[in-house]
Amino acid sequence: MGYPNQPHQRETPVLSRYFGDTEARSLAGWKKRGGYKALDKALGMAPADIVNVVKESGLRGRGGAGFPTGMKWSFMKPGDGKPHYLCCNADESEPGTFKDRELMRWTPHALVEGCAIGAYAIGAETAYVYIRGEFTEPLYWMEQAVKEAYGAGILGKNAMGTGKRIDVHVHKGAGAYICGEETALMESLEGRRGNPRIKPPFPAVSGVFGMPTTINNVETLIAAAPILMNGADWYKKMSLSNPKSTGTKLFSVCGNVQRPGTYEVVMGFPFKEFLYDLCGGPPHGRKFKAVIPGGASVPIQTVEEAEATLMDYEGFVAQGSMLGSGGVIVIDDGQSMVSVIARIARFFAHESCAQCTQCREGTAWTTKIMERIRDGQGTIEDLDTLLDIAEQMTGKTICVLSDSCAVPVVSGIKKFRGEFEALIQGRRFHPVIAAVA
Amino acid sequence: MTPDLVGGLESPDYASHDRAAHEPYAPVFVGDVKRELDELLTRYPTRMAVLLPALWIVQRERGWVSEEGMVEVADLLELTPAYVKGVVTFYTMYHQHPVGKYFIQVCTTSPCGICGAEDVVKAFLRHTNAGELGLTSPDGRFTVIEVECLGACGFATPVMVNEEFIESVTPEKVPDLLARLA
Repeated sequence: MGYPNQPHQRETPVLSRYFGDTEARSLAGWKKRGGYKALDKALGMAPADIVNVVKESGLRGRGGAGFPTGMKWSFMKPGDGKPHYLCCNADESEPGTFKDRELMRWTPHALVEGCAIGAYAIGAETAYVYIRGEFTEPLYWMEQAVKEAYGAGILGKNAMGTGKRIDVHVHKGAGAYICGEETALMESLEGRRGNPRIKPPFPAVSGVFGMPTTINNVETLIAAAPILMNGADWYKKMSLSNPKSTGTKLFSVCGNVQRPGTYEVVMGFPFKEFLYDLCGGPPHGRKFKAVIPGGASVPIQTVEEAEATLMDYEGFVAQGSMLGSGGVIVIDDGQSMVSVIARIARFFAHESCAQCTQCREGTAWTTKIMERIRDGQGTIEDLDTLLDIAEQMTGKTICVLSDSCAVPVVSGIKKFRGEFEALIQGRRFHPVIAAVA
Repeated sequence: MTPDLVGGLESPDYASHDRAAHEPYAPVFVGDVKRELDELLTRYPTRMAVLLPALWIVQRERGWVSEEGMVEVADLLELTPAYVKGVVTFYTMYHQHPVGKYFIQVCTTSPCGICGAEDVVKAFLRHTNAGELGLTSPDGRFTVIEVECLGACGFATPVMVNEEFIESVTPEKVPDLLARLA
């Protein structure tokens, strides 16, 4: 809903409808807004039917990978005699992304409801919401919501009076980007260092505590409730582009833009209008130079690519990037791309779990070389070295953190090579002087 | 990761704060705090899963996680102290040394970086007298560090002061913010 800005008429607020509405945070306020009706309906359905509705709706994972949610849920085989677990990934740490933070701090009960629906659908009695430790405000509101839900008998051993057990627990992380990777999150939840696991086995076979586990993003789980209430067709129709990307998507926008905030639009919305109309365009007197549309680990788009993009899973790929987590970082002509990319590389070097050599060494060396170029100490061979390191870092490690560091470097050198060369040849970066101060 | 890439997080010279570590250790998990731990144990199928929450409790009660604290947690959860230390050192939010009364974390990752976060860091260092990132001001009140993405990029620059999250901090707002803490 454009939060913290005024809602824009071209938005489609479904999940973000109550952002900024403090009353929606309490159980009473949430019920008044139609809360927990979807859970009530879900508990009256067979789990397999819920999975089918979600499958039909075309909902895909909102955390970054875009895996079809209904299909993921269907991997959980009922009647295998093992406890099943649902993990909600609320470790939102991808630079540029802050949509889940807004969802949890404005509509915590929506996530409690989503977790309960998800848990029931996959045959789990326990759901863990893993929230990053820095999110003190979302943690507070989620803990309040869970407490209220237990108090009202919505959760517990007799959830909503149906005799079914559904527990939801909030688990606080302790500062590690990598714990947003699903297997690292499970390791962390088990009380270990957050080192990602080798797959297979996949979580649906052996996840947290060695049991079948489904892990979903906050936004994905919250979307399940309106889908159950309004039907798969309603959700499927919310697409301006293609049937593979359905529903609404939250985009959090930051960087050099007039109105940063969280916006909710229908899949396939034109990115150009999004950036200029909804977000208000670049700061006064500046021009957009580049956009990183899905969090720091997706390829950088030139402004021309961005303006030609339709905002859905396929649309971003067609224009040289990925939808990722929906964290849009906008960069204007006052910024040096080399500095921006060097800082991204430093982020990944800091956050590497150091398990795989390619990642531990690659992120560190990439950072050193990028910062050397930024400081005017680079050589033209450094560009080839960077690309070589990037190749060694791609597709060779347990998780994709290593790839994520290589991606902005490769796309940056490819699309903004002139800026790298200018710095190497001893020309300082001169930001375009703003026409209007 | 190489030490020189870790920014201020592993700055040396905590000698001035180590006094607390030599006082006799009083257990954290007694009375209500022990009951809190017992309740947490009911939420998970293993004792080990309570490790992160238990360490959070130690930090809440003592301001940091000392080696004695790690040993206490290890005993309670039937783990080895070495294992617990391995976990503590993996995560950035557990303080392995005492820190200032106000622990200030400024986000400087790219989205905030392009919105001027470096200047916010400089303003904090100047006005708190902390000198360098990771060090504590001589009066023991402030420790300032740079932190990687706080997940509030649209509200650049976000700053955390202990458990409080403050959005849209600019260098100009820093003196007032610090005065409020005084």
